[in-house]
Amino acid sequence: MSVKRDSLSLSFAVGVYGAAFGAASVAAHFTVLQTCAISLLTFSGASQFAAVGVIGSGGGAFSAIATGALLGTRNGLYGVRMAPLLKVRGLKRILAAQLTIDESTGVALAQDNEKDSRTGFWWTGFGVFIFWNIFTLIGALSAGLLKDPAAYGLDALVPAAFVGLVWPRLKGKKSYFLAAIAFIFALSLAPFVPAGIPIIATSILAVIVGWRA
Amino acid sequence: MSIYWITALGTSAAAFIFKYLGHSVPESWLAHPRMQRINLLIPVALLSALVAIQAFTDKTKIVVDHRMAGVGFAVAAFMAKLPFPVAVFGAAIVSAIVYRVS
Repeated sequence: MSVKRDSLSLSFAVGVYGAAFGAASVAAHFTVLQTCAISLLTFSGASQFAAVGVIGSGGGAFSAIATGALLGTRNGLYGVRMAPLLKVRGLKRILAAQLTIDESTGVALAQDNEKDSRTGFWWTGFGVFIFWNIFTLIGALSAGLLKDPAAYGLDALVPAAFVGLVWPRLKGKKSYFLAAIAFIFALSLAPFVPAGIPIIATSILAVIVGWRA
Repeated sequence: MSIYWITALGTSAAAFIFKYLGHSVPESWLAHPRMQRINLLIPVALLSALVAIQAFTDKTKIVVDHRMAGVGFAVAAFMAKLPFPVAVFGAAIVSAIVYRVS
């Protein structure tokens, strides 16, 4: 019982971020319809913020998709963990895949038996999906009413959201070192290569830093 | 099709492919510790680069403007363990104030 309650309260808390995405996406000149389509179909916060962020800073569609895709690779890793637990096929597997995100996996893995894990996965997955999409629409509609996004701080909303997304991932010397060199590397490339490329290029740094234990 | 629709649908397709592949490949494929480490570090690199680019560039120029105040607030808020919406919308308010007075 408490698994369901925990799942729903977490879902609501996470879903509220959807408003920030909706606002950021509209500020990057996506329409309300496109913004809602991204939340429904991509349904992975970091990838969504990244894709609209790259477009908003003048990058091309390829850079935006590549950055979003690279940030989506971790969901694949979550899927590998969840599949033996959920044991689903066909249409249900498609649904399970779409709902495989940080939060649904996190709640599932925090339970101490398989039944609660499955309940946690589905309730959190559906819960975040519903609230994330509702709040995306609210954020997109509200931002659409504003003429000069910078006057309302919407241009600071996206980098602030990225700070919040990277924050819980900074654990141990290696990750702090990587964060610092990625930050510097991206800024030093920015004047010389097309927008979007400096971001994707930092994935090479992750490979180098992660190569040795 | 506009760059916006291509980005929306392309990102969605890519995101779904990774999600679905995860549910379909044998567990052993990604079991290598090196793969696990790199997979955990990729978001750290990309998100840090995104903070840098989104806060300190305009097109391809490096700039320091009102956004830095907002991001500075966000960093302080996360250090103080404030909730995500408070930090992010607070950052927007701080940035907006600096933009309007400067």
